[in-house]
Amino acid sequence: MTHNIYLYLAIMAAVTYAIRVLPLTLIRRQIRNRFLQSFLYYVPYVTLAVMTFPAIVDATQSPWAGAAALAVGIIAAWKGAGLFPVSVLCCAVVFILELFLVR
Amino acid sequence: MNTQEMNFTGNKRVFAEGMRDGIPIGLGYLAVAFSLGVAAKRVGLNAFQGFLASFLNNASAGEYAGFTVIAANASYLEMALMTLIANARYLLMSCALSQRFSPDTRLIHRLLLGYDVTDELFGITIARPGPLNPWYTYGAILIAIPCWSFGTALGVIAGNILPLRAVSALSVALYGMFLAIIIPPAKKNRVVAVFVVLSFLASFAASRLPYLARFSAGTRTIVLTLILSAAAAALFPVDQTADTRQCEDCTVRNED
Repeated sequence: MTHNIYLYLAIMAAVTYAIRVLPLTLIRRQIRNRFLQSFLYYVPYVTLAVMTFPAIVDATQSPWAGAAALAVGIIAAWKGAGLFPVSVLCCAVVFILELFLVR
Repeated sequence: MNTQEMNFTGNKRVFAEGMRDGIPIGLGYLAVAFSLGVAAKRVGLNAFQGFLASFLNNASAGEYAGFTVIAANASYLEMALMTLIANARYLLMSCALSQRFSPDTRLIHRLLLGYDVTDELFGITIARPGPLNPWYTYGAILIAIPCWSFGTALGVIAGNILPLRAVSALSVALYGMFLAIIIPPAKKNRVVAVFVVLSFLASFAASRLPYLARFSAGTRTIVLTLILSAAAAALFPVDQTADTRQCEDCTVRNED
């Protein structure tokens, strides 16, 4: 049996939307439970950190360029640079280093 | 000027800020969506279908997982399950976001925001102090979604037109943004700093250890997020109600 691509896409979209919208619409009050509150406080930092490394090293052609971008990005963010500057800086580091590292 | 007008100009300014912060996201999306388009083409999607997949899903790992289901001609149920697993982390993010809405936020804003809770948009939304203003996220979405959807369509059409060097450099834009989100709080809060480092190490180990590496990146992200955040919450509970958090933010804002 061949499946319909548009039906596949519709199912994907419906499930994805449900995952995102149900917590936003169903959780209407502040969670008072201290553990849950703390858990949700830490979630964004942990999840973004997990997704950043080692993915940044695997994303570039040369892992060394990715590692350098990670180091430069951390230093720049530590010094208070915003979203756009840090992200452009990381791209520039990779681009310049790979001029030498990748032939 | 009455309150409504003040809110309107306030929201317009916030919307513009969202568009500004949406630019690096859009650039990163363009690169990722492009490579996603290449994958979509491989499983037989045309440019319109690639556009549609991205426009309706806004999820890189989730869409990629979905494409593998299409390639395998697997059942619709499998498609639903695969999407659920690959995107489960958005459930956590939406739970976190729900806590930042002011309680009187209208349903329409909750429905609209639910359209595009992604790693990046979640990151910049949660990074802003005080109760969540959906107009900020709408601004970012307005920039990010066209980049994401058309980027995928472009990838289907133009496969390997962008030089590899450029793709490689653009591919770290998203991670640079993640760093700009997690490092400033880590600087202020030692527990966050420790857990950022622990997350790096655990994620690296999970991606390299022979058994664990077999799981998809999405699954590893969910499991590690659950374990590490639960550990942090159990060992170092945060003593903050939403009210005190808002007050802290007031003082921060006044200092600006």
